[in-house]
Amino acid sequence: MSTVSPPAPALRRRFTMGNQARTAVVFLVPAGIGLVLFYLVPAIRGLYYSFTSYQVLTPPEWVGLENYERLVNDPLFWNSLKVTLYYVFLNIGFQTVLAIGIAVLMQRLTNSTFLRGVALLPYFIANVVVALVWYFMMDYQIGVVNVLFDWSGIDRVAFFGESAWAIPTVAFINVWRHMGYTALLVFAGLQTINKSVYEAADIDGAGEGRKFFSITLPLLRPVLAMVMVVTVIGSFQIFDTISVTTQGGPINATRVINYYIWDLAFGQLDFGYASALAIVLFVILMLVSLIQMKLMRADESDEL
Amino acid sequence: MTQSPLKRLVGRNATTSNKPTRGATTKERHHRRHGIGYYLAWACFILILFVTIFPFYWMLRSSFATNSALITDPGALWPSESTLDAYRRVFGLTTPEESIAQGGAGASINFWLYLRNSFIVATIVTLGQVLFSSMAAYAFARLQWRHRDFVFSIFIAALMVPGIFTAIPNFVLIKDLGLLNSFAGLVLPTFFMTPFAIFFLRQFFLGIPKEIDEAAMIDGAGRFKVFFRIIVPMASAPITTLGVLTFINAWNEYFWPLLVGQSDNVRVLTVALGIFRSQTPQGSPDWSAMMAATLIAALPIVILFSILGKKIVNSIGFTGIK
Repeated sequence: MSTVSPPAPALRRRFTMGNQARTAVVFLVPAGIGLVLFYLVPAIRGLYYSFTSYQVLTPPEWVGLENYERLVNDPLFWNSLKVTLYYVFLNIGFQTVLAIGIAVLMQRLTNSTFLRGVALLPYFIANVVVALVWYFMMDYQIGVVNVLFDWSGIDRVAFFGESAWAIPTVAFINVWRHMGYTALLVFAGLQTINKSVYEAADIDGAGEGRKFFSITLPLLRPVLAMVMVVTVIGSFQIFDTISVTTQGGPINATRVINYYIWDLAFGQLDFGYASALAIVLFVILMLVSLIQMKLMRADESDEL
Repeated sequence: MTQSPLKRLVGRNATTSNKPTRGATTKERHHRRHGIGYYLAWACFILILFVTIFPFYWMLRSSFATNSALITDPGALWPSESTLDAYRRVFGLTTPEESIAQGGAGASINFWLYLRNSFIVATIVTLGQVLFSSMAAYAFARLQWRHRDFVFSIFIAALMVPGIFTAIPNFVLIKDLGLLNSFAGLVLPTFFMTPFAIFFLRQFFLGIPKEIDEAAMIDGAGRFKVFFRIIVPMASAPITTLGVLTFINAWNEYFWPLLVGQSDNVRVLTVALGIFRSQTPQGSPDWSAMMAATLIAALPIVILFSILGKKIVNSIGFTGIK
């Protein structure tokens, strides 16, 4: 390649906006088809379906706000919302605390890419596989967890069969799958904290706990906020694990909103009502991420 | 830097206390490194790694056991008589009578087919998505045109749309196109792009100096040549990483194939596993075959990960947030 020199006047035309715009259009055609066909049009159609009665086999029929009125009076909808929130609370709570712990341990103890890879591995295993393995390991009769409980003199637990245990169990399974990945995100955040801050704190005689709560956590808050936006949105959409283990049971104890929508649409073929619920989920997710982004902005001042 | 923030962070008392000399600090730190806290921290870390690894071991161990052994000795660290029967059932190599005698469903299941289907779907999705997303990322990162940032924000906004919301209309679309239970129907929604892929690659393309394109164009190269001959090779590391992530995601996808790919000839592993789990031939699932099947589904990912894991691990940072 020749040496870099300012483009000659004749060639300058090649860099003009018009020319580049034409090239850009060509480069964007395939991705644009994907965006329009599978994101934009479906989003508009989904919104339209939510105002219709649509049983798949017959064409959608406009019913105005009927689906939304039905939703307000649907105890199963409110139950699904409650169950989902409970799940998100347990899942994100434990996952975030554990991830911070693991990240701090990693930073202190080892630079090994291998060990980080091990921590990351569960995240890349399919939800379905992870769910089935734990479904087996937490089986009431032959699951190794209950066998261990037996040996330790603890009563066996019907993890998937008891209403009170079902959601915590599903939350635990997904904490197991995600904690290493979240820890690596936090770990990347820890790397950005200037080492001299810790050295200065050492000189000032600060203890480990003090350093963690007074330096690490405050400086990590912007990163944590960003990680939380991503993980919370994912957590709200829990489906796979429930679909292959409890299937909404026992008695709706794990009928999270995504599973309820799926069941309405593809189990009962009630596409109109299912779409209205999907809109509600969409709005909830937007609100949640807006609030979190706000918190994130507010935290930016903490950065050194 | 940081005289004042430090005071705020560490507190007034600490800053006014007598500062130890540098020698004392290193000695102190050295001492702490071998203190009880250090070993306790390692103990915690090893426990976490153990909890992470154990289910993989248990999958392996249970897949080599017979169903009766799993019931009679559920706590055994390794089956007293290890056997490949579970794998034979999974790959449809046993007769129905044998299968039933071993605690299986007796119906023929053939994971070779599902394995093949998963490979086809994940490969097509990866090739299309990485190519088209990198082209789009190039247009967003390296070309100047009106409304560029606005169009980019639409792509990014698509990140926010929950999967189930577009899944219903997408299902209707695929059904209307007559593509239910076809590979085309399985791959189409993720074939052209995902917002994440475009976002991910744009970050890397932005980092390549502009002068490189310009120099190549002065030499007479067109935009396509610049893209395929210069930009793509220069960004081969992040493109590979994205390819691996895309493949893994497509391999693991459950929701969409559950909707449009139930029939046997296009059924992928995840869907097959879900169906397998719901069969309880003799009151309980065929556990050992199920563990063999989950291991088969996880194995390609574990292999891919052990080859390219380093790349993936290092890409997890702020650009890699997903």
